[in-house]
Amino acid sequence: MKTETQNKTQVVANNTIRIPGSEAVVRSLIAEGVDILYGYPGGAIMPVYDELYKFQNEIHHVLTRHEQGAAHAAQGYARISGRVGVAIATSGPGATNLITGIADAQIDSTPLVCITGQVASHLLGSDAFQETDIVGISTPVTKWSCQITKASEIPGVLAKAFYIARSGRPGPVLVDITKDAQFGELDFEYKKCTGVRSYTSVPKTNPEAVKAAADIINSAKKPMIVWGQGVILGKAEAELKAVIEKAGIPSAWTILGASAIPTSHPLNIGMVGMHGNYAPNKLTNECDVLIAIGMRFDDRVTGNLNTYAKQAKVVHFDIDPAEIDKNVKTDVAVIGDSKDSLAQLLPLLEAKSHDAWLQEFKDLYDIEFEKVIKNDIYPTKEGLTMGEVLKQINIETKGSAAIVSDVGQHQMIACRYADFNVSKSNITSGGLGTMGFALPAAIGAKMAAPDRHVVAIIGDGGFQMNIQELGTVFQQKVPVKIVVLNNEFLGMVRQWQQLFFDKRYASTEMTNPDFVTIAKGYYIEAKRISKREELEGAIKEMIASENSYFLEVCVEKEDNVFPMIPTGASVSDIRLS
Amino acid sequence: MNEEIKTFTISIYTENNIGLLNRISAIFQRRHINIESLTTSQSEIDGVNRFVIVVNITETQAKKIVGQFEKQIEVIRAFYHTDEQTIFTESCMFKIKSALLFEEPQIQNIIKESNARIVTVNKEFFVLEKSGRRNEIESLRRDLNVFGIMQFVRAGRIAVTKDEMKVTELLLAFNNQ
Ligand SMILES: Cc1ncc(C[n+]2csc(CCOP(=O)(O)OP(=O)(O)O)c2C)c(N)n1
Repeated sequence: MKTETQNKTQVVANNTIRIPGSEAVVRSLIAEGVDILYGYPGGAIMPVYDELYKFQNEIHHVLTRHEQGAAHAAQGYARISGRVGVAIATSGPGATNLITGIADAQIDSTPLVCITGQVASHLLGSDAFQETDIVGISTPVTKWSCQITKASEIPGVLAKAFYIARSGRPGPVLVDITKDAQFGELDFEYKKCTGVRSYTSVPKTNPEAVKAAADIINSAKKPMIVWGQGVILGKAEAELKAVIEKAGIPSAWTILGASAIPTSHPLNIGMVGMHGNYAPNKLTNECDVLIAIGMRFDDRVTGNLNTYAKQAKVVHFDIDPAEIDKNVKTDVAVIGDSKDSLAQLLPLLEAKSHDAWLQEFKDLYDIEFEKVIKNDIYPTKEGLTMGEVLKQINIETKGSAAIVSDVGQHQMIACRYADFNVSKSNITSGGLGTMGFALPAAIGAKMAAPDRHVVAIIGDGGFQMNIQELGTVFQQKVPVKIVVLNNEFLGMVRQWQQLFFDKRYASTEMTNPDFVTIAKGYYIEAKRISKREELEGAIKEMIASENSYFLEVCVEKEDNVFPMIPTGASVSDIRLS
Repeated sequence: MNEEIKTFTISIYTENNIGLLNRISAIFQRRHINIESLTTSQSEIDGVNRFVIVVNITETQAKKIVGQFEKQIEVIRAFYHTDEQTIFTESCMFKIKSALLFEEPQIQNIIKESNARIVTVNKEFFVLEKSGRRNEIESLRRDLNVFGIMQFVRAGRIAVTKDEMKVTELLLAFNNQ
């Protein structure tokens, strides 16, 4: 194994001791500052579990009820804390159950280290019991993956895994460890990895590119910023705010960029994308300079690329060179860490305000308010709307909650209407759109940020995809707030069927169980409401509760989420109804 | 805007670690790009491997795919080059019945003119080896086909570039950091 020689390292635990590989795994995690991990035991990972038992005062293992839950919980933990989330599973089915979470973490740039047990190395390739080629399976959805077959490789590979997961554009790493490597002995010494020669984690910002970007921005009459999660990952919230304010640029966000700048900021013009706000989508095709910061021009954001911002000069700030010109051709690319790049940009910008241009956004907002928002959050019809539930949560938490949303209509509503006043408050599955994400992710988020309100917003469909994690909520006593917006439909799919498949509701209607009884079965305080007059009281009670709380809100069955850009349409063809 | 499809030689300098071929081939597979030829071997630098992969794609695709390779942790650098920018060759082997050497004296002329080399001869068969451009190899194959070829195999393209590839510098920079 040549891995060690290619890395730069720094000794953190140099009292060499002779220990088994399994203990080295746990000591390595501790040396990386890990104090919590999520997982599920099984034959091929039992030696490590035995060590976790011995080290339980230093590192807390959370038994989820499914490995997918473990991966999502680790994601939730990572997304709210900015640290590496750790998930652990046995070989074969345990490992494959992690895959959805790993794929989700890969596309949403979430730092994860996943450790899987593997059959003994002499059995590799023999179709042994619970053997699966997890390195092969996970290769396309990991930032890096590696199999360890010798105990002596454990500290070096784990150090490299943590370094790769958290550095540069973060991502998931999988380390598969054979059972004989867990049993074998090694002289343990932990050296933190500080560099890998074949990997430039953070390209240095080129001052000439920044200058070119500043020139274009300074000459713009109608500039517009679209920022993404790169701002949050780069801890560049303050730099972004300074740039926006100095240059007076109306600024929109992608779903994963949400919360980097407070919702109430006067230059925050809302969300772009398929169910984003009217003004920023429409005016993308009128701005003269489009400044993309830490975002990747996902197709949900751009709609039809042939008609996307064709009139605009494009300036793209990103840490990942492979994102430049991948989907949208840029005029100036600034490759590097967002904090660095924006700090360099700031002094080169001319102080400006683009009042008339900003007014165009406000005018379109007024139209959106009249046609959509008013009905969503101040409804006059009888049935409850998802929007008014979010409004009530905003009021009770003063916009300070971390909102963990699942996937579907409720997710779009949550992202559109939640007040995000604190960064890292929108935890959702953006790129993969994984139903079942929210309940376990909320567990991880609440454990990482116990002082924050963590509210999971979930559809009746997605809730049932990982409903078993109520068991984890109960056993771990995680005071997470779970709101199921029950429309008795796979709502988002139903909306598409209504709009594009002549209302043929093929397999989207759901006959649901009694969720409240189920939650109570897990000893979680639970309530169901279906009337407007119950809403305020229920949300108050839920937020005030010291414990976990389950609230089912029966909402209007066939409400739709608007605005909407139909697949393949242009962003300026965004529909309000 | 239909961009022209050309032959590109993609060179990928990598760490010599297990599992990389999997990552590299997955990148082609995801984009539905067919690999024309693939060679991997040690490079001029100790402990560094080099993949030489030939594909028929557009330049935009080549640029993007090289970006995806460079993103892989264990890839040190990746490059793409057109045929004009490289010096390249392929090699092949033919296995032919020995009797033909005497029954069809013309074969001896073909061998001489094509600059093919006889690797081995025994009672049953002889083996020819030839390196060169694809068209030279194809033409030799056509000529020999008339008489019957027992076995034929062609290896992937190997190529060096006309310009320098700055990989060594990169490695030195890491070591001196
Ligand atoms: C694992 C998974 N399977 C299928 C889908 C496709 N899908 C996207 S939204 C959706 C409906 C979600 O329904 P529900 O959870 O009830 O939320 P709602 O849209 O009603 O708010 C479906 C099936 C998905 N995103 N993820």
